[in-house]
Amino acid sequence: MAHAETHDPNTPLEYRSETGRLNILGFWIFLGAEIALFATLFATYMVLSHRIADGPALGELFEVKSLLIQTFLLLTSSFTCGLAVHEMRRHNVKGLITWMAITLGLGLGFLYFEIQEFLHFIHEGANIGTSAAWSGFFVLVGTHGAHVTFGIFWVTMVLIQVAKRGLTPATSAKVFITSLYWHFLDVVWIFIFTAVYLMGMVTHNG
Amino acid sequence: MANKTVANEHHGFPWKHLIGFVLSIVLTLFALWIALGTDLSLTWILIIIFGFAFLQAALQLLMFMHVTENSTKSNLTSRVQIGNILFAAFVAIVIVIGSVWVMTAGHAKHDKDQHAPKTENHENHGGGSEHDSGEHGSHE
Repeated sequence: MAHAETHDPNTPLEYRSETGRLNILGFWIFLGAEIALFATLFATYMVLSHRIADGPALGELFEVKSLLIQTFLLLTSSFTCGLAVHEMRRHNVKGLITWMAITLGLGLGFLYFEIQEFLHFIHEGANIGTSAAWSGFFVLVGTHGAHVTFGIFWVTMVLIQVAKRGLTPATSAKVFITSLYWHFLDVVWIFIFTAVYLMGMVTHNG
Repeated sequence: MANKTVANEHHGFPWKHLIGFVLSIVLTLFALWIALGTDLSLTWILIIIFGFAFLQAALQLLMFMHVTENSTKSNLTSRVQIGNILFAAFVAIVIVIGSVWVMTAGHAKHDKDQHAPKTENHENHGGGSEHDSGEHGSHE
């Protein structure tokens, strides 16, 4: 390593430069702000979820099958993303890119089923303007979907950089930060799964 | 100390990730079963499934996101990380529970039913009563 700092040989590459360390710490602080952003959207949704006006009730249109497909795709992508970072720490660039590519594929699959579901809801007469409840639903779940879309582009760009420049303290910190972002999307989905879908179905059926 | 953990972790089989993954699947299916397959009361269902959600979020943070990991010899960065995330979680819970409580507890209705409106309601009486009569006009 061409760095003046001395490191324990076990220090992961992404922590070896000052910039890498600060960027990772800064990204954790950004994630704190993201939690606050999603909290406001969750609060809006939960306050409005019974204001269905003349439209269908939320739980009436939710389907377990579509929900489970989306959930498993995202959970698995979080797992493969973790494996990618694991491979990165073994300095296995090929393994890193392979697992990240699988992660992106699963992310794309998730988006496909989410869009299918949105189209199904719209077909059933529930779009973003149908009622306050559906507005809250589409804004919350749509914001999450937009984050996934952005994540797919971001990870792709970082992977291109890794392929071109190899694993350096700079590129490995970028990979690590995108992995934090991806896991965070899974954390948000867990709460959408619980607070939106499960709660919607329970209150509608019970 | 944390470096040791990292060292153990990035050689060999990624057990931590596999265990995290299996547990997240199990928690998801269990939450689904509690919600749709049991006859528990709504309150209990909500307590259990939200408990599982927070458990699963903690799992992601610890097993996948290495939240406790630090790079420097002092533990400062990892403390800042953990402190920041816990604070954010606290803010999130206050925003969600606070909003739901304020918007559904019906404080205005309570005041009116007792026919003893508080002084702050007097000051914007025009707007307040208009809003109230929309919700339960039978009183007026």
